[in-house]
Amino acid sequence: MKALNRKLLRNLWEMKAQSLAIAIVIVSGVATFFLSISTMESLKRTQAKFYTDYRFADVFSSLKRAPNALAERIAEIPGVERVDTRVLAEVKLDMPDYADPVTGRLVSVPETEQAELNQLYIAEGRNVQPDRDDEVVVGEAFAEAHQIRPGYSFGAVINGRLKQLRVVGIALSPEYIFQMQAGSIFPDFEHYAVMWMGRTPLGTAYDMDGAFNHVALSVNSEETVEDVIDRLDVLLEPYGGTGAYGRADQVSHRYLSEEFKQLANMATVFPTIFLGVAAFLLNIVVTRLIDTQREQIAVLKAFGYSNRDIGIHYAGLVLAITLVGVAGGIAVGAWLGRGMSNMYMEYYRFPFMDYRLGVATVLEGALIAVASAMAGTLFAVRRAASLSPAVAMRPAPPAVYRESVVERFGLGRFLSPPTRMIARNIERKPVKSLLTVIGIAFACAVLVSGLFFGDAVDYIVEVQFGLAQRDDLTVSFVEPTSDSALYSLRGLQGVERVEPFRSVPATLRFGHRTYRTSIQGVRGGGDLYRLLDNRFQQVELPPRGVVLTDYLAGILRISPGDMLTVEVLEGERPVREVPVAGLVTEFIGASAYMEISALNRLMREGNAVSGAYMATDSNYDPQLYRELHDMPRVAGTTVRKLAIDSFYETMSRQILIFTSIMTALAMSIAFGVVYNSARISLSERSRDLGSLRVLGFTRAEVSYILLGELAILTLVATPVGFALGRGIAGYMTAGMETDLFRIPVVINMDTYAFSAAVVFVAAVASGIVVKLRLDRLDLVEILKTKE
Amino acid sequence: MVTGLSMGEGLPEKRDVGDGTVFRTEGLTKVYHMGEVDVQALRGVDMELFSGEMVVLLGPSGSGKSTLLNILGGLDTASGGCVTYRGMDLTKATDKELTQYRRSHVGFVFQFYNLIPSLTALENVTIVTEVSDNPMDPRDALRLVGLSERSDHFPSQLSGGEQQRVAIARAIAKNPSVLLCDEPTGALDSATGVLVLEAIERVNREMGTTTAVITHNSDIAAMADRVMRMSGGMIIEVTVNEHRKPPREIHW
Ligand SMILES: Nc1ncnc2c1ncn2[C@@H]1O[C@H](COP(=O)(O)OP(=O)(O)OP(=O)(O)O)[C@@H](O)[C@H]1O
Ligand SMILES: [Mg+2]
Repeated sequence: MKALNRKLLRNLWEMKAQSLAIAIVIVSGVATFFLSISTMESLKRTQAKFYTDYRFADVFSSLKRAPNALAERIAEIPGVERVDTRVLAEVKLDMPDYADPVTGRLVSVPETEQAELNQLYIAEGRNVQPDRDDEVVVGEAFAEAHQIRPGYSFGAVINGRLKQLRVVGIALSPEYIFQMQAGSIFPDFEHYAVMWMGRTPLGTAYDMDGAFNHVALSVNSEETVEDVIDRLDVLLEPYGGTGAYGRADQVSHRYLSEEFKQLANMATVFPTIFLGVAAFLLNIVVTRLIDTQREQIAVLKAFGYSNRDIGIHYAGLVLAITLVGVAGGIAVGAWLGRGMSNMYMEYYRFPFMDYRLGVATVLEGALIAVASAMAGTLFAVRRAASLSPAVAMRPAPPAVYRESVVERFGLGRFLSPPTRMIARNIERKPVKSLLTVIGIAFACAVLVSGLFFGDAVDYIVEVQFGLAQRDDLTVSFVEPTSDSALYSLRGLQGVERVEPFRSVPATLRFGHRTYRTSIQGVRGGGDLYRLLDNRFQQVELPPRGVVLTDYLAGILRISPGDMLTVEVLEGERPVREVPVAGLVTEFIGASAYMEISALNRLMREGNAVSGAYMATDSNYDPQLYRELHDMPRVAGTTVRKLAIDSFYETMSRQILIFTSIMTALAMSIAFGVVYNSARISLSERSRDLGSLRVLGFTRAEVSYILLGELAILTLVATPVGFALGRGIAGYMTAGMETDLFRIPVVINMDTYAFSAAVVFVAAVASGIVVKLRLDRLDLVEILKTKE
Repeated sequence: MVTGLSMGEGLPEKRDVGDGTVFRTEGLTKVYHMGEVDVQALRGVDMELFSGEMVVLLGPSGSGKSTLLNILGGLDTASGGCVTYRGMDLTKATDKELTQYRRSHVGFVFQFYNLIPSLTALENVTIVTEVSDNPMDPRDALRLVGLSERSDHFPSQLSGGEQQRVAIARAIAKNPSVLLCDEPTGALDSATGVLVLEAIERVNREMGTTTAVITHNSDIAAMADRVMRMSGGMIIEVTVNEHRKPPREIHW
């Protein structure tokens, strides 16, 4: 081995703790990159494979009822490859020994057993026999939530009649990778099921013999999707089509796409922070190293080593540290990526997970890490390379100290000499001090921005269910019903308040912009469903006109006072012009609201209701659930509290894991920054500090001078980190705003407190390590060595 | 290369006899700009160094000895005048050419040894032989300075005199044509200094390496073929010793 390389290795070994601290920051950066990219790519790959193998459709539409013969005309639409017509039905379930209301969706399985599109992956058991009216296959998520195995039986209210169903298989479908009930804001695997049943019995039960109420198509090229949707809408209009949509608007596909966006977001934000901090640390460490090796550089040059040789030598040192970090990052990233992918499978139900950390990703990550490390040290290394040997031979000029700002303000006399030394030292290297503050601040910011999601979710739940939707349970009717149905609800024991709602699917149009949503008719001045403005004050629903979610108004570029075209997709399908009366703020969805009687007028119908919000006395809940279950008109009941609980239960483990990972990452930064700053200060000032010890200062006093500086920098960094974290959170959420949800930047005190605590712990830990070193300071050795 | 200084190809011959002149300076000046003030370190130095000879440079502190030596060794460049090495103009050489020149021709010994602390004695020699064209075996170099047994020791495990002998081994191991020593005994006691001087003298004698030694100590001048005295950035006197006194006989 070349002697110069040996020097490199020994230098690395001498500063192993520092190198390691930096390498760990690089590990964090590279690992988050690998983690997010590999998870994203693995999910995408798995999704693509599942889609292809099980023929996920490209276009979907539901409708009221159409004869099977229409399928042939649909197939004739240019660009359509396969057509799959089916029957979908929402049913109430009767789970044995389980009181909570459970609803489910039944999807028909054709006589051929395997559908043309959206085929089932049978994870356990078998598919249904097409003619059996008592067999079902249930989706895996629900099956797991209720520990259902093949052979299990439960009741279902199918078109008003209670029927015992036997589970013959557990399945996954590309259509329901992510399962969420229409109208929900988060998945609830415990109270909502997706099930499959033979087409014939399901058709018979719902008066769909030889007919269908849902269609899925595949197309031969993506370009034709828009055309196919338009033509399908025309074809289905007479049959009560509610508007066809492509994959982009299919719930399961849509949520997956959003997840990918989030992962891509994470793959840029966090690695940038970590690698930026690592570059800074490498900069200060290498700069210091080069300072201490000036004379060695001079000698090497005197003996004929060229600028290039010296440059490569120090770049090699940086490269070595970086590659250790990259290697660690690969291991940690792959490990976490695999874990995270598997964790995703709790939400996103794939039959398999094809997890891989691709070579291209590894190379990309390594390249980014090396490039940022080199960029961070370019200046220092170039300076070393171009150091003139004659200049390098003489020691660096002594450090220039000045009175600090505090002293210039005349406050110096209030400071003890050690404190004055601290102040002067911070000021002597303002850039280094500033970057140290920023580095520590980033540790804090990583935590704040990583952990605030939990706060934001809490906040959304609080606003949505504390202020807006205040009902205990929502009942939906099988079909729009006269409001006299409310009386039967009011008569139930335990019911304290009932408010009706009417929900009408519609396409909203303004200029050339359209958006498909549903118009919610709610009672003006209602107590159970309140509309809120951006300051969370209740908005009074005007007697006429429509109120839009502000996000929806943004999509349509419409303002209050403009006329909105409403194309109703139900019943007589009226098309009306309605003035926009106001805007409301919501974090979830993009809905439009009207006073219920105004909506009834728009529909030219009587006092029709789609369902009701209810406030109940929880003492009567089990009995109430039962009675609602038995009401033929009631299609389903959603209990807010149960849905929220189930959601949190699914989420808690993820949040815990995510919190631990973020904490570890943030600690790596905090420790890396504080430790390296302290070590460099120690190396720069061991002579001063040693002299002070010789003069009789105690260890504690000397430590104070060194560590006090870091304590001050850490204290300053913490609020900076709070602000920075908030900024990063804002940046990330801005990138994730969609019509599905908007994440508010809400950060709780305890998140700030926790973040600060983690940073302090890391700072104190590194302080202790450095203090141990300081305590062992060999006084004789220090005074002997020349600086 | 524009300067006509071509090296590394073995040109010019290391053991040039020609007219025997290794270095020649004419009106050599060096000015350091220190902010407002200019420090005139050399004010017109005219001198020659002949092949195989041993020259001692004497002079008070600040007289420009190190500056001159650094320019001869290609560590620094002159501000004015001319310096040639075997007929080649060093004042016009680029940084790259100076590097190549140092690599091929010059061996340095410094007052504070300047060994690489993270390398052993042997490695400190190897690091230099690895980049030279025609080096000797690093072990032979250490043997020449009498330190074969210490070759695996790190500088921190060696005394000052031993370190300086390693530095000499390092300087001669590349078979340089000139050996430039800046106060090689400055940090050593007299007995140790003699050992170091003996090593230098032996290299000069046995290998014919042209040698220049800076010292504050006029006693040491006795071991030289010629003695140059510097003062105020100029050479004020050159004396020739009839015969060189072996270092062993020098005491201070
Ligand atoms: N890099 C530099 N910048 C400014 N001035 C310099 C520099 N190097 C040398 N000098 C000045 O040039 C003059 C000559 O310095 P030089 O080092 O050559 O003296 P010297 O004879 O070697 O002295 P000493 O015996 O103390 O080593 C001195 O006044 C010195 O201060
Ligand atoms: Mg000198």
